[in-house]
Amino acid sequence: MARMSPEINAGSMADIAFLLLIFFLVTTTMDIDSGILRVLPPPIDPNAPPPPPVKERNVLVVLVDQFDRLMVKGQIEDVKNLRSRTKEFITNPSNDSKMPEKRMEYIEHMGDIEVSRAVISLQNDKNTSYEMYITVQNELAAAINDLRDELSRQKFGVPFSELKSEEFNKAVRQAVPMAISEAEPKDVGGKK
Amino acid sequence: MGRFKKSGGSRSQAISTASLPDIIFMLLFFFMVTTVMRETTLFVKISMPLATEIQKLERKSLVSFVYIGTPVQTQMYGTEPKIQLNDAFASVNDIPSFIEAERLSRPEGDRPMMITSMKVDRNTKMGIVTDVKQELRKVNALKINYSTLKGSDIAAK
Repeated sequence: MARMSPEINAGSMADIAFLLLIFFLVTTTMDIDSGILRVLPPPIDPNAPPPPPVKERNVLVVLVDQFDRLMVKGQIEDVKNLRSRTKEFITNPSNDSKMPEKRMEYIEHMGDIEVSRAVISLQNDKNTSYEMYITVQNELAAAINDLRDELSRQKFGVPFSELKSEEFNKAVRQAVPMAISEAEPKDVGGKK
Repeated sequence: MGRFKKSGGSRSQAISTASLPDIIFMLLFFFMVTTVMRETTLFVKISMPLATEIQKLERKSLVSFVYIGTPVQTQMYGTEPKIQLNDAFASVNDIPSFIEAERLSRPEGDRPMMITSMKVDRNTKMGIVTDVKQELRKVNALKINYSTLKGSDIAAK
């Protein structure tokens, strides 16, 4: 009779599972890749007519030289001030004639709204460090995200990142465009 | 003696460890599901820069990686930053064929959504990065991601 069949000791099962667990812990990485997403401009068609020039008052030239120094509109600037400078430039609160134009546009869900025509032109040297470049990119993105946040709070009552509706999201992005243009590569700091 | 034994020897019940494997298996499955196998061995040293305005890459299957950094084996490969694609060092000219191969390995519907993630060491000069970006533009791989870690280093400067 199989009544007295011996029980298998399951105590070592845990050890086997532990071995597997430790194997997976060692061989896998937890990193979820994250970073600053950007879209590069399409390649230039040599036959295409040159794009219409952008008015000088609409362009914020941000230049980083080979010693990682930052220059905004021809003045040396600290990275810490870049965000506030960019925000001020885009919004042009005092309607300065040297600052970017604004145009009334009708955007769904928001009605008529002033859209700044500002374009940020980011230029860097061959010897600029990647770290500095990312810091500058990050500050510019932060400035635009701040403005989007403000608008989103004003119109929809929640920050931009918490906008659930894709349409609202699109409306805010349309009202505050991410207009960062990167110059064709050139040596800003002279020959090296 | 007998009396002594009787008072101290109340038989304690052994705790059943039969469910311990189940608990460990649960942990095991958690790690198996949440982690991703390391696909390539890095030949370059990369310490990523910090940024705050970052987005997560949602679909890992659409991402192809370009690594740029100083070689780990400096005696063999020098200290100049190098590009690594897949499992080998590459030059800037290899990027179009790399992107083409990456495209072909994805289903056709996914190809327009592909992202090239650049994992670049923070001390790399922009020259090589710009060269890579120009190559990516030429082959219309326009969506790029500058891989960074979360954090801010503005205060430190």
